[in-house]
Amino acid sequence: MSKTRRSPIAAAPIVLISLLVLPVAAGLWATMSPVLRPISGQDQGAFMSLWSWNGLWPAIRLSLVTGLAATLIGLAITAALFALFQGHRIFRVFLRLVAPFLAVPHATAALALTFILAPSGWIMRGVVTLFNALGIPISQTPPDFITINDPGGLALIFGLVIKEVPFLVLMCVAAWAQCDAPRRRLVASALGYGRITGFWLTIWPVLYPQLRLPIFAVLAYSMTTVDMAMILGPSLPPSLAVQISKWITLPEPLYQGMAAAAAVVQLTLVAATLLVWRFLELMGRAISRAQFQSGIRGLSLDGPIKFFGLVFGLVGFGVLIFGLLALGIWSIAGFWPYPDVLPQTYTPRVWAEAQSGVIKATQNTVILALLSTVTAVLLVLAVLQSEFLGKRTYRAQRIIYVPLLVPQITFLPGLYQLTLTAGISGQTLTVAFAHFIFVLPYVALTMGPAFRAWDIRYAMVASAMGASRKKIFWQVRLPMLLRPILISSAVGIATSVAQFLPSQLIGAGRIETLTTEAIALTSGGNRHLIGTYGLVQSLFPAIAFGLALWVPTLTYRNRRTLRAPK
Amino acid sequence: MKITDGLVLDHLTIFKGAKRLVALSAHVKKGEVLTLMAPSGAGKSTALAAIVGALDPFFRQHGKIFLDGQDITDLPIHERHVGILLQDDLLFPHMSVAANLAFAMPNIGQSKGERRRLIEQTLEEVDMPLHANADPATLSGGERARVALVRCLLAEPKALLLDEPFSALDQDLRATLRLKVFELTKARALPVIMVTHEHADALAAGGEVISLMGQALDISKT
Repeated sequence: MSKTRRSPIAAAPIVLISLLVLPVAAGLWATMSPVLRPISGQDQGAFMSLWSWNGLWPAIRLSLVTGLAATLIGLAITAALFALFQGHRIFRVFLRLVAPFLAVPHATAALALTFILAPSGWIMRGVVTLFNALGIPISQTPPDFITINDPGGLALIFGLVIKEVPFLVLMCVAAWAQCDAPRRRLVASALGYGRITGFWLTIWPVLYPQLRLPIFAVLAYSMTTVDMAMILGPSLPPSLAVQISKWITLPEPLYQGMAAAAAVVQLTLVAATLLVWRFLELMGRAISRAQFQSGIRGLSLDGPIKFFGLVFGLVGFGVLIFGLLALGIWSIAGFWPYPDVLPQTYTPRVWAEAQSGVIKATQNTVILALLSTVTAVLLVLAVLQSEFLGKRTYRAQRIIYVPLLVPQITFLPGLYQLTLTAGISGQTLTVAFAHFIFVLPYVALTMGPAFRAWDIRYAMVASAMGASRKKIFWQVRLPMLLRPILISSAVGIATSVAQFLPSQLIGAGRIETLTTEAIALTSGGNRHLIGTYGLVQSLFPAIAFGLALWVPTLTYRNRRTLRAPK
Repeated sequence: MKITDGLVLDHLTIFKGAKRLVALSAHVKKGEVLTLMAPSGAGKSTALAAIVGALDPFFRQHGKIFLDGQDITDLPIHERHVGILLQDDLLFPHMSVAANLAFAMPNIGQSKGERRRLIEQTLEEVDMPLHANADPATLSGGERARVALVRCLLAEPKALLLDEPFSALDQDLRATLRLKVFELTKARALPVIMVTHEHADALAAGGEVISLMGQALDISKT
């Protein structure tokens, strides 16, 4: 293969990079350009108007605190899980659970939490029922203390951690294999180091650099999420990202200017926080280096961390599972007064009433998910194949992180303006493209490692037997990688289903998806309807993951090597 | 050099940076075996990768390779007609044994039945007549090695490269498979280049034994 013939596939990486970077760059520019224009009828600029908004500092503080806290906690839990349990049988079970949890859309997870944590949620109902049974006097109306939507953002942090841990775990699995972790751990253990200390000193320094970009993506997302913050975050004032999403819907130039100025602030804030994180990294590295030669084995750390890890893990998973269950029960509940733990009657009425709306929203959701995912999978396949034929990995592949690092709220409003100018706003294809921008990175992130780990000697022996590149791709490489392709497709579908801002903004409010409908319903507070939409919303990604696991097992039921997931 | 038959390496030289790893000139006639012996990590597989056409661009290659008189130096792998058998069998795990073999067979317009008959006939040659529909993962190591061998041969190569193909097997299997390989390659009059670090392999091959720098090695002394 010394003389490589040019094929159209060689252009795939450039196509991929332009499809990701151009919309983000154009959207950023268009979002922020109102800052530069003077606001008519106002004698102050957009920034001055923003400074005079008294919600600015709480909003900035909230963005910083939720972002940093959710990322640190999520990362600590992920690291502790790998340090303590990797290699155990329980851990394999846990890894099987990760994919379905990853599939639960952010908004569904947030709604599920509210059904548990709210003052009228399952926890308080349980407490009151228990007190009543024991004869201890307690108020029979929901307490008026704040659990969700707390001004400190604790509920939001909790929700973010639950959603981020599965993602970080998935990224960790991919990185784990590449850093020779099992042997390092064996050596550290044989030298008498505890699991946590051994992990921290011998594996983390190699593992961390591979996790940096996923962590940055988590940090940027946690600081700027709109849908989760609308459901779990405080409302007066809301987080900066939520406030921007409100201002951009108002036609007055004053608010358009403030939205643009706030987007600049938000972007700067994220960039500054990433820098702060880099500084924390350096501090962590210095501490770890100083520890190398101390000889402290840290055996006493393992017990307590294992205990807290298990408690947090069980609480987190438990709240999510019961929350999803509560969504389901609310959707078929008839009369369900506080503080009953279960409804007094059940009825299919809500499903019957919501039917036409749910079907319409499901159709849109499915079309958008399939369009964006199929395109993304094909393009990623083309890029990986061109990488394989060109025998090189592109350093530029890091560019796929651009849409994950630049907050949605800072470039989607501008992208919407551009689609408006181009006369393509509110069309299904336009929205599908907006989804594609976010689906593609996740598809690439999940498919890449499996493709790069594929033994290229299979291609060599096939070639030596006279098979063309095309034949090798279709008959050897693709079938052998069926499982990772399907898993990536499921991840892509889950990503698309979860999108709120791209559907809401680029769809100009005309394309109703399960996610936009579920979030629109939260302000109305009809739990029956919220439950219905929330349930269907998480059903579709769950079906996709189910198929991704089942189809290869069925196809390869007579092929031992490929039958079961690795 | 003007030779029509067999595999010719005409001053084939491979550099890694400034370091010369391989320098070979040789003529392997049909039915003959040339053995390359070198310690692990010396570049044996690199030499074979160059001949088969899969050399990593990281290395520099000079010299020419001729097969039956045709210059194949710049041909892509799949047009060279050089088969290769590695230490790992690399049977495609998603295909049955028969499908693995069918993948290798060129399609010259035979009917499905004819192709199937040829596959079964070939499996009989290596004493595995009943394994056509088996999952490769269920075969023993020796069986997999034999399937890999006939898969290689069914592609109708004009030369065969052996990259320590016996080293994953234990002693008994090793001797049996070795005999089988040389029996089949002689029957098909294939020029064979084998790399190995085992004297027993080199002795069984019966041909010339040289180092990666082309010096003749006398293996009877050791």
